Amino acid sequence: MTNGDSHDYILQLEGISKFFGTVISLQDVTLRLRRGEVHCLLGDNGAGKSTLIKTLAGVHRPDRGRYLIEGQEVNFKSPREALDRGIATVYQDLALVPLMSVARNFFAGREPMRKLFGVIPVMDMKYAEDVSVRKLAEMGIHVRSPQQPVGTMSGGERQCLAIARAIHFGARVLILDEPTAALGVKQSCNVLKLIHTARERGISVIFITHNVHHAYPIGDSFTVLNRGKSMGTFLKSGISEGEVLEMMSGSAEIQGLIDELEGRATA
Amino acid sequence: MSVTTSQAAITNKPDERVRRISPWRGLFNRPEFGSIAGTVLVFALFGIFAGDSGMFNLDGVMSWAQVAAYLGIIAVGACVLMIAGEFDLSIGSMIGFAGMMVAVPAMFLGWPVWASVLFAFAGCMALGWLNGYLVVRTRLPSFIVTLAFMFILRGLTLVLSTHFSNSTIVSGVGDKLGADPVVHTLFQGSTFHHLFAWLARAGLVGKLPNGEPVVNGIPKVLLWWLAMAGGAGFMLSRTRFGNWVFIVGGDNNTAKNAGIPVNRVKISLFVFTAFCACLFGVLQVADVGSAAADRGLQKEFEAIIAAVIGGTLLTGGYGSVLGACFGALIFGVVQVGISFTSIDSDWYRVFLGAMLLLAVLFNHYIRSYAGRSHAGRSHAGTAK
Ligand SMILES: Nc1ncnc2c1ncn2[C@@H]1O[C@H](COP(=O)(O)OP(=O)(O)OP(=O)(O)O)[C@@H](O)[C@H]1O
Ligand SMILES: [Mg+2]
Repeated sequence: MTNGDSHDYILQLEGISKFFGTVISLQDVTLRLRRGEVHCLLGDNGAGKSTLIKTLAGVHRPDRGRYLIEGQEVNFKSPREALDRGIATVYQDLALVPLMSVARNFFAGREPMRKLFGVIPVMDMKYAEDVSVRKLAEMGIHVRSPQQPVGTMSGGERQCLAIARAIHFGARVLILDEPTAALGVKQSCNVLKLIHTARERGISVIFITHNVHHAYPIGDSFTVLNRGKSMGTFLKSGISEGEVLEMMSGSAEIQGLIDELEGRATA
Repeated sequence: MSVTTSQAAITNKPDERVRRISPWRGLFNRPEFGSIAGTVLVFALFGIFAGDSGMFNLDGVMSWAQVAAYLGIIAVGACVLMIAGEFDLSIGSMIGFAGMMVAVPAMFLGWPVWASVLFAFAGCMALGWLNGYLVVRTRLPSFIVTLAFMFILRGLTLVLSTHFSNSTIVSGVGDKLGADPVVHTLFQGSTFHHLFAWLARAGLVGKLPNGEPVVNGIPKVLLWWLAMAGGAGFMLSRTRFGNWVFIVGGDNNTAKNAGIPVNRVKISLFVFTAFCACLFGVLQVADVGSAAADRGLQKEFEAIIAAVIGGTLLTGGYGSVLGACFGALIFGVVQVGISFTSIDSDWYRVFLGAMLLLAVLFNHYIRSYAGRSHAGRSHAGTAK
């Protein structure tokens, strides 16, 4: 890949490695996100997907390799710096505080401020409540009250809250770590639609999932991780759903399992 | 957004939920509910058993309010720190040590009083910083780190006292503090004397035989309590930093992912708690007139108990300064009130222990409520 191409990419990770003590979580991984595409990140449990996107989000700092935004090298010290550059992330654990209200969770770390008596900076709770309720309603979630603790919401509602928050703050890049994991069929469909809407609006999306039926229809390109290493990036035009599935799980293994189960059934 | 279709199932939910929540539940869910109920209970009890004993006369009120105020000051600190998910067991020892830091330089080293008071505050806050720094650096439980400081500071207080004064008490500090106009104005005695003199003349406040009002002002410790509680309450509920405190205590990982400077938040709260302890120590030295090695003994537990009675969760992320203040008020009323009744005052601790147990059980119920109501709802969902 030549340097001239880097204008096409909004985000680039070039030869990234990340170690946790003796664990090699990522080794020499390259990921390039084109403007306005939906890029699916696939791989087994423990493959390093979450580590990769936490590096993108500024939570982890890579031990090796370069991180570029629009061809410009960056070195985030805090997730807030990434947010300031328009990179918003929905973490696998959703990063919500159950005992806190919907509004406070929505604006956690990015509190809207106003001046009390023109001098004392305080949180603008009214704004926080209005915006959080409205953004959730746009996703079809109607909260009882913006003061409702997040712990009283269902898993799917929480996931929608986390996604709504990321979309609200992420003007340019949206990173979703298994956003459909806890969702019902309808809500999964909603999330896919949301991803689609985001792409229409010019937002680039990184989408992590274990479900190829979610990934293939919406994805423009696919990167597969295996035990901390990248198996390459494939455009949708160059790969079929079956091939994606095969790379994700090694369908030979699955076929073997099916054979074994059927063999037992007939025996 | 085009994603508003196919929501029939979701849009039906709110009504069903609104009906489930009774206003009682809403009140129950305020963190300070338990402590307010407890305060009402305690007032009712003492109203019945000591109503005509003078406990609720102005001078009686001042005496238990003052006890509550002292405890309230450190309960505010303990409460905010607990919301952020940490403990400080060195509060009590810090109180004694602060007193020595005021007394020793002023009495034995020839320092001006204002300098020794300033030194005490700076020293305590530095120790608070050290507490916090060790906790966030080592990631040891704050329980252990501050337990170490509880012993270190208590020991140092004793060493200082015996080294300089050959006894466990340094006396004569009160007069010295009183001679310094700034220190006297800030920390010593009471204020609003004119108001009370006027009230006495108007017959609204009882008079002593010599014509002085029975209570000649509001103790400054009471005003400090109000100021600290008001400030901390405002900080928690209205400011960005307060929001961070709840997030840090609620879920450390979430706080990191949200880019909140977790360590800075925690360390500054340790410093704040130390400040509260020092304030307690200085006010007490100014009022009692001496510094002693056993000052503040077990106050850390009382502060934590007041915060817990006030609805603060031991696990962090939830609580209220107002609740902690009511918790401190319960302490004051019970401790002083018992001496107004015919009940043996040894029952004081029994009563508070029972109160603590009740409060913890109540909090436990509150915390599991979040999970339970959710489970209840999905249960209802599967049933239909
Ligand atoms: N903070 C950490 N400390 C130590 N090891 C870690 C840490 N984070 C991740 N790892 C390790 O790195 C590897 C990759 O983890 P990661 O969470 O990125 O996997 P993943 O692909 O997201 O898996 P899943 O599909 O289960 O979410 C795992 O072996 C994990 O144990
Ligand atoms: Mg993961």
